[in-house]
Amino acid sequence: MINTSEQILDVEKIRQDFPILQREINGKPLVYFDNAATSQTPKAVIDCIVDYYENKNANIHRGVHSLSQIATDAYENARETVRKHFNAKSANEIILTAGTTHSINLVANGYSHFLKSGDEILVSAMEHHSNIVPWQMLCNKTGATLKVIPMLNNGELDLQVFDDLLSERTKMVFVNHVSNALGTINPIEEIINKSHKVGAKVLVDGAQAAPHLKADVQALDVDFYTVSAHKICGPTGVGMLYGKEELLNELPPYQGGGEMIAEVSFEKTTYAGLPHKFEAGTPNISGGIAFGAALDYMNAIGFDKIADYEMQLLVYATKALEEIEGVRIYGAKPEKKTAVLSFNIEGIHPYDIGTLLDKMGVAVRTGHHCAQPIMSFYKIPGTVRASFSFYNTISEIDVFISALKKAKSMLS
Amino acid sequence: MSSIKTKQEDIIEEFSMFDDWMQRYEYMIELGKSLPIIDEKYKTEDNIIKGCQSRVWLYAEMDENQKIEYTADSDAIITKGIIAILIRVFSDEKPEHILEADTDFIDEIGLKEHLSPTRANGLVSMIKQMKMYAIAYNSQQNQA
Ligand SMILES: Cc1ncc(COP(=O)(O)O)c(C=O)c1O
Repeated sequence: MINTSEQILDVEKIRQDFPILQREINGKPLVYFDNAATSQTPKAVIDCIVDYYENKNANIHRGVHSLSQIATDAYENARETVRKHFNAKSANEIILTAGTTHSINLVANGYSHFLKSGDEILVSAMEHHSNIVPWQMLCNKTGATLKVIPMLNNGELDLQVFDDLLSERTKMVFVNHVSNALGTINPIEEIINKSHKVGAKVLVDGAQAAPHLKADVQALDVDFYTVSAHKICGPTGVGMLYGKEELLNELPPYQGGGEMIAEVSFEKTTYAGLPHKFEAGTPNISGGIAFGAALDYMNAIGFDKIADYEMQLLVYATKALEEIEGVRIYGAKPEKKTAVLSFNIEGIHPYDIGTLLDKMGVAVRTGHHCAQPIMSFYKIPGTVRASFSFYNTISEIDVFISALKKAKSMLS
Repeated sequence: MSSIKTKQEDIIEEFSMFDDWMQRYEYMIELGKSLPIIDEKYKTEDNIIKGCQSRVWLYAEMDENQKIEYTADSDAIITKGIIAILIRVFSDEKPEHILEADTDFIDEIGLKEHLSPTRANGLVSMIKQMKMYAIAYNSQQNQA
């Protein structure tokens, strides 16, 4: 098992690409298992940011001078890389945003102009707070009703109830592609198809899917899809909103400012076309360019290989974890999720485990993972979440498991 | 030296005997296990301090010697251990002395990270709440 996993990817070589993986924490080699919160950054992406400030820095879309053209080209090339990666029809459908939260708020704000009392929107019980709160705000503003697609004990959505909730009153459906707290891969094809049958639009939060699988927005026929670059080896504070061109055309702009206008007078302003209509102000230029570099980096390794390798890590870690007495793993079986282990040890608070693991150099997330409804569902204060990436190794999992055993014996 | 300061010095001394983090944490876990030192009836919504990571309950009473008795609990044992230390320092003290005191000794015993607001374990708010009780009892006394 260990041998085959090393063969899928040359992990030792890959690890050389990530300077941070060489550092120590609390005197121990860093074992970074908090990848679902943010991924680490390869040298190629860091270099890209440095290169931008050393060689390309200028404001984009507004200068006739050469440097501005160079910066604009680099930024627009990155948009094209993102388009290609997600297989959007046109670069007009790729809005570069500050990340998933920004993308979702942009859509929610736009729909506040169209929804009215009597309309219903469906949100899954498994969402990150950023895919709950904007819709609650939208409902408060418009009088529309928020309904929840419940989850089952096995960490999957209850699709029977979903069928019952769908009606001609349903205007929008929001669901994540992959749950951040549990790793569950949701059946979004089915959800999208059924929602379209009643005329509802679907926004899929792809923040947790993007690091592990390549979504094809045309094949999915999804209306909106959101991503944060910092979870896919890119920088923080940049991300994507994909939207079908005809839908983005209908939506009013989110923020007013420079970049997003065609003509301005005090009587009337006409807006720029897509995608600039939604990109007011000077954007995170270096971040956008580095977002493209991050996708190039991951594609060079290959998402199929990444998925296969991460599955081996997950299966290995699941088995080792299940052997520890008192462990309860929340969510689906490995085949139905990404490389995330969300668990508790009976009688021990997740905060205590996280604190002691940190002392041993192992970084995991503890708490409610910005998904309090899931924690309420299981009636727990939180979980310990270990999330793996393609640069993690079997021997790091061994370190994690023995640190966990040590923590358990200290705490029981 | 004030009695609070003396207690803090004692704790620093005790912790200086530990060679590594593991012994320090084992000691804190022991301290944590000696809690709860709060009466179940005070573990109410009113007395809860909600951290994102762990929850803390705190209650205070004034005894006949005009000293404050704090009692507290938490759902996480390491948080409890730190609570036990804080209570040892601040309980059974006069409000005005509690208000003058600081918590710098926590840095010295290597537990500073637990008092960082970003850790969201409820401890920062708990210390604030301990001081609030001291302010409240202090003004009550001054009025009496
Ligand atoms: C499923 C999901 N949605 C949304 C977000 C928010 O992403 P960001 O903070 O980059 O906007 C996250 C990140 O934690 C997430 O996991």
